[in-house]
Amino acid sequence: MLAYTFKRLGLAVLVALTVSIIAYLLLYLSGDPAIALAGEGARQADIEMIRHTYGLDRPLIVQYGDWLWKLLQGDFGISVYFKTEVGPLIFDKLKTTLLLGISALGFALLVSVPLGILAALYKNSWIDRICLAVAVLGQALPNFFFALLLIMLFSISWHMLPVSGSGTWQHFVMPAIALGYYVAPAFMRLIRAGMIEVLSADYIRTARAKGLPARSVIFKHALRNAIVPVVALAAVQLGFLLGGSVVIETIFALDGLGYLAYQSITFKDYPVMQIIVLLLSAIYVLLTLASDIANAWLDPRIRVS
Amino acid sequence: MSSNETVLDVQGLHVDIRTAGGVLHAVRDVSFQVKRGETLCLVGESGCGKSMTSLAIMSLLPKIAHRSARRLTFLAEDLNLAGKKRINDLRGNKMAMIFQDPMTALNPAYTIGDQLTEHYLHHRETSAGQARSRAVELLEKVGIASAAQRLGQYPHQLSGGLRQRVMIAMALMCGPELLIADEPSTALDVTIQAQILRVLADLQADLGIAMVLITHDLGVVARIADRVAVMYAGEVVEDGPAQEIFATPQHPYTQGLMRCIPVPGRTPPGGKLGTIPGVVPSLIGNLQGCAFRDRCEWAKSICQETVPVHASAAGQRWRCIKNQNGAFA
Repeated sequence: MLAYTFKRLGLAVLVALTVSIIAYLLLYLSGDPAIALAGEGARQADIEMIRHTYGLDRPLIVQYGDWLWKLLQGDFGISVYFKTEVGPLIFDKLKTTLLLGISALGFALLVSVPLGILAALYKNSWIDRICLAVAVLGQALPNFFFALLLIMLFSISWHMLPVSGSGTWQHFVMPAIALGYYVAPAFMRLIRAGMIEVLSADYIRTARAKGLPARSVIFKHALRNAIVPVVALAAVQLGFLLGGSVVIETIFALDGLGYLAYQSITFKDYPVMQIIVLLLSAIYVLLTLASDIANAWLDPRIRVS
Repeated sequence: MSSNETVLDVQGLHVDIRTAGGVLHAVRDVSFQVKRGETLCLVGESGCGKSMTSLAIMSLLPKIAHRSARRLTFLAEDLNLAGKKRINDLRGNKMAMIFQDPMTALNPAYTIGDQLTEHYLHHRETSAGQARSRAVELLEKVGIASAAQRLGQYPHQLSGGLRQRVMIAMALMCGPELLIADEPSTALDVTIQAQILRVLADLQADLGIAMVLITHDLGVVARIADRVAVMYAGEVVEDGPAQEIFATPQHPYTQGLMRCIPVPGRTPPGGKLGTIPGVVPSLIGNLQGCAFRDRCEWAKSICQETVPVHASAAGQRWRCIKNQNGAFA
């Protein structure tokens, strides 16, 4: 298990390093960054000055090395648009986005695990059909539309929840539901399929032959084996929820990373963009690593070899 | 309780399965009794309904299968009237079952110790420590060395033979009155098969429990059966004491089965073994008469009608138009 963890960890570091190179090269993706920063109609002398100020006249490898070295020391550079340090700017917003992503994932699991189990236990019955309908609705509704529906009901009609902002936990309820409901169907299907397969396994018949009560057969013996692929999906989906919450953050005026990414692209704020790309990739890599380790931990055939 | 008390009494058991093509009569009018300390072998080829019979007794039939019985009693308790809760109280406790494939019958996610003790802890009000020592005791009884260390291992760390021993120990944890073993050695290596059957037979005799052993291996039956019930196409076509069945098989199907076994000394090397020509009939729809008639060399036109059941003085019964003297009824 320890050797496995280290192997996975080494791989994760390599992936992160590769991503950092790509993130840095983003700077050159849309042509000469100095010209882009100087703006239209700038004189050659201005461009040269910008090139020198930002150190863009050095060889690429030196620029990247310098950037990475400073990064590792905690110096994330200065935003060209906000004129403030990138580090505090991003980490402030990351908290909001993380909170949103995790609560959305929590909501998705809260809905999908019971529904998936129910659908599997009563497969092809009307209960299964209802669960399926709930799932299809989640995938079919665009989440901005669902978000607006929630606002109409809970804020405008019933005055239960605040429409926008990120001050209290109540501000996160609707965004988390709107974002989480979109990913819930994938979990539900996975749990339903997994449970149907596991429930027909021989060891479930053994558990029943031992006279164990239904809850023990379903939760201890069946769910434990059906939940393994869900862990991997949860990690991937959390990455998706963190990176893909731009729309939801905009609707509910949550000042998060998604909104900042949108701004940095609009204003050609390369230092911010690079760090956001790198940060989200790093989180993704970490989540994948965590899911691999969790998977191995959940499956004794990998853990105890 | 007396030593020859009837533990399991099955009379007129039917299992019907709804299929797209009609109702499949998997088990038809099966009757037998098993007494304490007795081993009954259910014999027959694949698909003859012997596994369905055992699952019906354990109330483990799949949802699409329907069970009905004129009489189905376990320790004088009517299982037809027992609710889910009562059935769960009996299963794993008073009646236990061992399955065919030990590679898949154990949950890969839990340790041997956990799976050995969980139903013991559920059925008995006892401590985890006591459950563990009971598990170690039984693992030693089924011939597993360094039993205490095995408790922390997972099924994938054990061989097929060891897993089946664990299954046997698991079935015996609560000291059942009835043990049903559904082809417990079929999925194992030939050398391991003999060991597992030896363990089962020894424990059955030692503990004096009633055992129903399902098999298609007549060699096994000859060694450990007290009574034999031969099943064909969902029916018991012949049953009785094991010696009688082997000495004077009466039903043409039983006789055919006996001809299929090589006998050391009597079957010449390279000599041909007997076979039963033809295939098993479909069990879907209305069935009448003898199911074996299409494969039977004695078949007469009356075999299409209701078949009588003959009985001998020694307790042998067979479902055929032929009586004990080979004369037709």
